[in-house]
Amino acid sequence: MCHTFPALTSDRSSRICSLLYKHGSSMASNSSGSDSSDRQRIAQQRLSVIAGHLQRPVEGNSGILAAECKAQGDKLDVSSERRTVPRRRQEIMKWNGWGYSDSKFLYNKKGQAEFTGKRYRLSGMIIPGLREWMESTFGANLQHKTPAAPILNSSAVQPPTLNEAFLKELKSTGIPFSHDAEDRVFRSHGHCLHEIFALREGKIGRVPDLVVWPNCHNDVVKIVELACKHNVCLMPYGGGTSVSSALECPPEETRSIVSLDTSQMNRILWIDEKNLTAHVEAGIVGQDLERLLNESGYCTGHEPDSMEFSSLGGWVATRASGMKKNIYGNIEDLVVHIKMVTPQGVIEKSCQGPRMSTGPDVHHFIMGSEGTLGVVTEVTMKIRPMPEYQKYGSVVFPNFEMGVACLREVARQRCAPASIRLMDNEQFKFGHALKPQVSSIFTSFLDGLKKFYITKFKGFDPNRLCVATLLFEGDREKVLQHEKQVYDIAAKFGGLAAGEDNGQRGYMLTFVIAYLRDLGMDYYVIGESFETSVPWDRVLDICRNVKARIVRECKDKGVQFPPLSTCRVTQTYDAGACVYFYFAFNYRGLSDPVHVYEQVEHAAREEILANGGSLSHHHGVGKLRKEWMRETISSVGMGMLRSVKDYVDPNNIFGNRNLL
Amino acid sequence: TLNKISSSKFDTPSKRDDFEDILEERRNSSDLRYALKCYTPVLYKGLTPCKVSELKQMVLQSDQLGYVITQVSKEKGMTTDEVTGDAAAILEEMAQRLQLSTVRFFAFTLSKVFKTLFRSICVNEEGLQRLQQAIHNHPVVLLPSHRSYMDFLLMSYILYTYDLALPVIAAGMDFMGMKVVGEMLRMSGAFFIRRSFGGDKLYWAVFSEYVKIMLKNGYAPVEFFLEGTRSRTAKSLTPKLGLLNIVMDPFLKGEVFDISLVPVSISYERTLEEALYARELLGVPKPKESTSGLFKARKILSEDYGSIHVYFGQPVSVRSLAESRVNRSQFNLIPRHIPTRPSEEILSFVNDSAYRLVRAQEENMVLKPWVLLAFVLLQKQAAEDKQGTALDEFTEQAVWLRDLSRHYGLSVLTRSAITPEEELLNQAVVILSCVSYRNQALNVFIRPALLASAIHTAASNRKQEIYNGFSFLRNMFSNEFILCPGATVQDFEEACYLLVKTGALQINQQEVLITERGHRTLAFLTSVLDPFLQGYQVVCRFLCEEDCLTEKQFIPAVRKFIIKHLLTGRLRYIEVLSSDLQKNALAALIRLGAVQKIKGYVGFTHLRVPCWFDRLSGYPTLTPMPFKSVVAHL
Repeated sequence: MCHTFPALTSDRSSRICSLLYKHGSSMASNSSGSDSSDRQRIAQQRLSVIAGHLQRPVEGNSGILAAECKAQGDKLDVSSERRTVPRRRQEIMKWNGWGYSDSKFLYNKKGQAEFTGKRYRLSGMIIPGLREWMESTFGANLQHKTPAAPILNSSAVQPPTLNEAFLKELKSTGIPFSHDAEDRVFRSHGHCLHEIFALREGKIGRVPDLVVWPNCHNDVVKIVELACKHNVCLMPYGGGTSVSSALECPPEETRSIVSLDTSQMNRILWIDEKNLTAHVEAGIVGQDLERLLNESGYCTGHEPDSMEFSSLGGWVATRASGMKKNIYGNIEDLVVHIKMVTPQGVIEKSCQGPRMSTGPDVHHFIMGSEGTLGVVTEVTMKIRPMPEYQKYGSVVFPNFEMGVACLREVARQRCAPASIRLMDNEQFKFGHALKPQVSSIFTSFLDGLKKFYITKFKGFDPNRLCVATLLFEGDREKVLQHEKQVYDIAAKFGGLAAGEDNGQRGYMLTFVIAYLRDLGMDYYVIGESFETSVPWDRVLDICRNVKARIVRECKDKGVQFPPLSTCRVTQTYDAGACVYFYFAFNYRGLSDPVHVYEQVEHAAREEILANGGSLSHHHGVGKLRKEWMRETISSVGMGMLRSVKDYVDPNNIFGNRNLL
Repeated sequence: TLNKISSSKFDTPSKRDDFEDILEERRNSSDLRYALKCYTPVLYKGLTPCKVSELKQMVLQSDQLGYVITQVSKEKGMTTDEVTGDAAAILEEMAQRLQLSTVRFFAFTLSKVFKTLFRSICVNEEGLQRLQQAIHNHPVVLLPSHRSYMDFLLMSYILYTYDLALPVIAAGMDFMGMKVVGEMLRMSGAFFIRRSFGGDKLYWAVFSEYVKIMLKNGYAPVEFFLEGTRSRTAKSLTPKLGLLNIVMDPFLKGEVFDISLVPVSISYERTLEEALYARELLGVPKPKESTSGLFKARKILSEDYGSIHVYFGQPVSVRSLAESRVNRSQFNLIPRHIPTRPSEEILSFVNDSAYRLVRAQEENMVLKPWVLLAFVLLQKQAAEDKQGTALDEFTEQAVWLRDLSRHYGLSVLTRSAITPEEELLNQAVVILSCVSYRNQALNVFIRPALLASAIHTAASNRKQEIYNGFSFLRNMFSNEFILCPGATVQDFEEACYLLVKTGALQINQQEVLITERGHRTLAFLTSVLDPFLQGYQVVCRFLCEEDCLTEKQFIPAVRKFIIKHLLTGRLRYIEVLSSDLQKNALAALIRLGAVQKIKGYVGFTHLRVPCWFDRLSGYPTLTPMPFKSVVAHL
């Protein structure tokens, strides 16, 4: 990300870009003059852009995934049959790490870092700078490995506590279920550090006793009825990307725990082009939803960083936020209608009016309920025609303060691009370390030239400068106009345009960064990210104080190496911003690294709250952040939520014990 | 003569750092070269360098000040430009203009002066190393004890010597009266604040913002005196909270990660102002600070003021002070630039911190042996029936006292041709000077002394009863001594521990017993507190006899009353003439609700004194003591 060269025209930089990547924005920019009514073509473009991030195997897994709902044969399924997530997740995904089994970082025999597989742009590439970065940042060493347990030892999984009466009636409904150890372990965790760390060590705690795969809304109704009848604990499971301990089985739960996996409820039931809405089953994962809508020329524009694996129902249940919320809105802005099955019955509104004044919005009891009230089964969402034109961009600032001031001004003028993110200096360096091997002397020469221009000619301090990445979407004309406006503002804050490819790589990294943690964990490095939202006037203070607190806590807790403590501003709002912190350290010499990690994260969250930050912007509360709920929403607020829970689910059937 | 007695045992307890004499090098090498040396201090890591003028601009353009300017302009019907002009004028009057050249000038002249006045200036170099580290990591606040005008010049001199960042110093406006000197002080980093500006919002806003901006930006360490003013009695004054509140604010509101507070203990063998103080306490007004006055005072250059010990204490992190004490999220709901009255929680936090810091100053004071001797002398003097004989012994033992007195033009021991009042006052000057030596060690004995007095007056040996007495006395004297609020139990335990350790007491579950060899210690300790007890008693007595008087009348009237009783021999301790003690007694009585200030006019009544009698009777151990003994003495 360090190679920055404002003097280059976008055409030339996209040529460089296409040298580096299999798919790039170059396609979008080259074709931008073509007939925009050609929907199919645009869809193709769009697909290629998304595939750039998410390229899925061409062969697919459709054979395994035949989705059928006997009860709803008459329902129209407008989407094709290819689906990403099979019932047996283990067929394509890691059991003790992030993402697809075929994609991971490793050090090859030459000691160079490479990313395996074929799915991502970075796949199959050598990343020459990563090793040195890891060694210098963490004091990590290739000689000191901490390999994960290679296979899941089923005997370490405690035998299921089955509720025979429930099981018997469940069988009679014909809804698929399993009490296979692997299936159960897969649904016993999210992706918090402590959860993955334990799995890597082969330690398995309480896991669900049974997994069920409803195929449609009515299946869910039956399951919930049976659970109520037989007093079984239900835990909804969507994409399994939780980072709030939300999927952890409460150890004190004595009833049989049934994991309700919504992944097979993954169809788009209808698309309403007059009102621009789509009615979708809640188990669909982000990448499938976008891909299928794209085929019809639409998109939701909801792109959380986890969109490859996270599900629509999960988004609703945690109040998710997407990277392009500036254009499309967050999940609460996108949702028009929700259907949820609760122990008291089904809750849904009677119409699809765009706004209602009918007392407190019941959708807001559902959004953010984190699986404590019921299962979201179907959602009507706003859709938009796919954007005609997309353009990435980046700006280098002399320091983080200037960068934040620029983002604030962009927000004040309400001209934020689809996405605008500001990384601090450490992340800038990290991004730089993740640059794949350059393919020609010419490129490396250009990189050198850019670096020279920024640091020597413009006088930016390489240890202070930071970079903002941008994504513009819309009509070509408007995008170019918009782009100019944003760059003009940036210039007032000392920002220099730094090319499209830098911006694009910034977004690509979002998807691979989760894989990188697994590599770190192979070499004594553990870490995680966490987020908050904060008023504008507090942004700089919170960034400085939380980062410093992390460093101090690590030192106090006996961490032997200086930690990586870095942040970025990922969303802008009228009244504030969303800030992400990344924190990792080398744990050699610590007897209980996870405990240390948790203490530091706890301290960092205290610091966030003391500096006017929120408990969470979009990750949710789960069980990890429960202890701060009362001070966050007041005792009366807790009572309100409690009374809703008590009415909707008096017997705590949805007993994951999140939130309250 | 006395300071030839080897004093290393008192000077440097083993837990403390060693001292280095910085004058030694001055005596052996060129002062000019020293004054012109290369000065490159370590600066705050987050520093954005800025000029003095830029600093003022930052203050005038700050949101904080902008808000108050708008408010004031609305209230007074002035335009914001006019109010901004006023603010700029205030800032002009206040601001420092730190200049290296002036500092070099001071470095040169002070070297000369110090070498003449003092035998040595000893500093703990380890403390300075810690300070350097602290300056690099966080904004720093220097908190020296305040016994003399010398203090802040001395501080800057030491920091310059050790190549540390020079501080900006909050100084009283009275210095500005000294024309040339005032400006020179300004150029060596002093900024001037009015002594009182209670209601002036604008002044407060300019002042607090000015301090905060210098601190936050790491422009320079900020230095001020927690005690607010020089202590005339060498006993630490109860801390003033205004400035401490201001410098803690940036941390509490999250504007900086942390702030280091560095207590500095400056111990003088003799302060330059020694006799001035005693006279001031006896009612002779203090001379106005003026340049000509300074010249007149140059005769002090021929005096020997012994040595100075400066101890830079362990930096105290505001963050760790506030940890699990202050909920910082209380500032989340109001924009931080809007001035708000600090909450009770914050006030009590700042108050406790201030006490802790003054205690830290006290703990690192260096005591000379004669400080302890002063105790003995004073007690002896008070114990004698006839004052004359006591003084004779006194003079024999303490030759230095005569030199001291001579300096102030007093003929201490000549008794002819003066009225008894004059004689008493002359004597009192000596006594109070002596008291100010003894007071330096008072903080060491205060807790055991409170306990000893409680034991002395308790009707039984019951621990609970003694604790009640202790608690009463401690509460009573909390304006007089640095006793951390709310720490009664800890103080009691500390006192018990110390007395048990020295074998004076045996303590079991229920009872406190005095050992055979403990009587002497206890007698000593009881008499440590006696002058104060007697002072407070006589103030009570006085108030009982008076109907109503204004605050201004109080000191002269009580002084007259005391002189009368001293002359008739009904009071033993001449030191109760100290106005410091009288003011503290009054403040304590007001605090305890025994005396009331009536709002609306300056004055107070003691109408409620009888109620206080009643309340006192709730303390069975102490009821007989304060009043019966007053009566006995009178």
